[in-house]
Amino acid sequence: MSSSDTHESAAAGQPGQEETTPGAETVATTGFPIVARTDFSRTTFLLEIEHPQMARAARPGQFVIVMLDDHGERIPLTIADFDRDKGTITLVIQAVGKSSREMQSRCQVGGALFGLVGPMGIPSEVSDAKKVICVGGGLGVAPIFPQARAFKEAGAHVIGVVGFRSANLVFWEEKFRSVCDEFIICTDDGSAGIKGLVTQGIEQAIAEHGDIDEVVAIGPPIMMRACAEATRPHKIKTMVSLNPIMVDGTGMCGGCRVRVGGKIKFACVDGPDFDGHEVDFDDLMARLQRYRPQEAEAMEQWLENCRRLQVEEVR
Amino acid sequence: MARKTIRSIPQERAFMPVLDAKNRATNFEEVSLGFDEQNALVECERCLICPEPACIPGCPVEIDIPGFISKMLKKDYHGAWDTLTDSTFLPAVCGRVCPQEDQCEGVCAVAVSGGLEPVAIGRLERWLGDMAIEKGWKNESHIEPNDYRIGIVGSGPASMACAADLAKAGCKVTVFEALHAPGGVLRYGIPEFRLPNSVVDAEIGNLEKLGVEIRCNTLVGRLFTVEQMLDEMGYDAVFIGTGAGYPSFMDIPGENFNGVLSANELLTRCNLMQAGKFPNFDTPLEIGRKIAVIGAGNTAMDAMRVSKRLGAEEVTCVYRRTEAECPARLEELHHAMEEGINFQWLTAPVEILGDSNKNVRAIRCQRMELGEPDDSGRRRPVPIPGSEFEFEADTVVYAIGTAPNPILGQTSDIKLNKWGYIDTDETLATSLAGVYAGGDIVTGAATVILAMGAGRRAAASIRDYLGIRDSMVVYEPENMGFENTLFGIDAAEKNFVHVRQI
Repeated sequence: MSSSDTHESAAAGQPGQEETTPGAETVATTGFPIVARTDFSRTTFLLEIEHPQMARAARPGQFVIVMLDDHGERIPLTIADFDRDKGTITLVIQAVGKSSREMQSRCQVGGALFGLVGPMGIPSEVSDAKKVICVGGGLGVAPIFPQARAFKEAGAHVIGVVGFRSANLVFWEEKFRSVCDEFIICTDDGSAGIKGLVTQGIEQAIAEHGDIDEVVAIGPPIMMRACAEATRPHKIKTMVSLNPIMVDGTGMCGGCRVRVGGKIKFACVDGPDFDGHEVDFDDLMARLQRYRPQEAEAMEQWLENCRRLQVEEVR
Repeated sequence: MARKTIRSIPQERAFMPVLDAKNRATNFEEVSLGFDEQNALVECERCLICPEPACIPGCPVEIDIPGFISKMLKKDYHGAWDTLTDSTFLPAVCGRVCPQEDQCEGVCAVAVSGGLEPVAIGRLERWLGDMAIEKGWKNESHIEPNDYRIGIVGSGPASMACAADLAKAGCKVTVFEALHAPGGVLRYGIPEFRLPNSVVDAEIGNLEKLGVEIRCNTLVGRLFTVEQMLDEMGYDAVFIGTGAGYPSFMDIPGENFNGVLSANELLTRCNLMQAGKFPNFDTPLEIGRKIAVIGAGNTAMDAMRVSKRLGAEEVTCVYRRTEAECPARLEELHHAMEEGINFQWLTAPVEILGDSNKNVRAIRCQRMELGEPDDSGRRRPVPIPGSEFEFEADTVVYAIGTAPNPILGQTSDIKLNKWGYIDTDETLATSLAGVYAGGDIVTGAATVILAMGAGRRAAASIRDYLGIRDSMVVYEPENMGFENTLFGIDAAEKNFVHVRQI
């Protein structure tokens, strides 16, 4: 690959790396500098990227498109946080496929991202709701955080509901608690907080408070759909942040189109936030499957290349 | 030299080789190979060098066509290229992608009154543009810098032409591009086999040589607004050339099945993201075996020909009018036909049918006939009752046009017209003082050269707005009067004895 000569090949086998992947080079130092990294678990990690202009412009609910290198694909990631004084934005990434796994192995402090554009999408509306439930499922905990903070700053009573598969995947608990008046944690296996899904946390909060004005939910589509169904009988406004496949993120291709209230909308410029009771989740979930075989193929080839490089290095 | 007549010139167009249709449909190599020197000169001989040429006003940027052709005939190729680049910034691009049959070549006297094929102006332009790239020619302009800073939104043809003209006028120009590579539709839209990326790179390189700074990964409207460019960021004027871009769908049943996509998405994945080289490049693109493309413009032709090259077995064009109304360039239509694309004229889709996994399996269409002319003068297609039929397809590509991108409308106070395009006056000024706009974001989807023409017009308006003198115009001295001249010699010009022509 022609790009490799511009990369420093250094990071492989460095101490502190959880999984040393051969061929793990830090990305080119030109581009958008990575200034901090935290690993939450084997698959979840946080990157802080220097971009003062974006740190000033970003609002809760917006996202960025990232490209790891010049052969990379453009992937959308929600802006999990921004620090206007430090001039940085924070991304929380789950290593699920080729690009995110590669980011996990190659994005180190001192390196840089080849492409980073944003903030994209319409910022979340911080309504004048007096009592809100902010729901984050898994990785969705990160992007719901700035919204919870914004509601808190706007004077609302904020109930945080977060869900994880198990206790060892929990992150940002303290950070999240600090902007919530009440905090409910749910785990699938009951290793922390309530045993069960976030919908149980929502039911509990609704049972305790008869006057919830709004629910905001971010997480996997199946979770957001469950949240919308949980609030529908109570007629509580429920906003969700959709995550369809994207390419450019600027409204140019329509790859991210979703069906909301029977109409076609582009999530990248008309969203990503929509009324959860109007969203056609079946459609969203079917369209997310579109490139499953190719995703598997890319992953397979990448792992194969890694193995081959490892063998060569041993020689 | 005796004056050339229609009888004395070569009757046939000079030969230009084209890749064989069978082989080329399997790769992305450029289809038209261009003239060689000998054939270029033969083609030049066909120009009558008309004293009042129709081809110049036929060109949206008014290239001095007989001017550059006469220089070519004297083998002064660099001089010919200089003449060309007085008016156009992208000769190697426009020579390839302009619909010349509707522009310069459509009014050429050789065709109009001589009844022969018109002079192949586009091919000659391309030949000079390619030679300039090969030899590394530069615009030898002597730029006198001024203190004005211009911000340009978008890096497509309109923006590039505007940037070039303002840079030549001495302004400090910064171009903001949202994608990671500049060029707009030249980069993500027009495929490699029609416009090689190396040509786009070379032409953009020329822009940078003029001192224009290009900043990619910058989404104006979200990272900062147009208003902020004028206030906080200190730009003296702004040009908006963001294009149309927002693809239209028809809102028929089945549009959200997997396998339905816009031509923009298909072309972006293929051209910008190199999905054809997956998995060496990370962006995937699933092209099925049987593809239906809806629409018959240049975008549709590109989408069909790209699909064929990505391995589709059967590619069908579905268009509700007839071949005569087909808006694509004639040459592209012919190339597509040669490459084995099927055409279903007078056909409109009514429903896309899917399987149980929500993948496309077929498309249901109805036949049309042409009825009364509509407002635009084109005969309106009317469905024939009971003519519905289905055919198998696993991918459906929409190439039925685009709508304006909503981002700038969402984030600035700029006035839009009722269709959502930016409203401008005849100088291309928008409702915000100092902000100009041109290209597809004003007119809706059009051609590369029309966008360039608009960019040049906006650049002229910006020069007027800022009070920058136009180096192409000879200005009269400000204080004309006897006291300032000595027998017609300008007293202010001390070092030269120079007689002003007045």
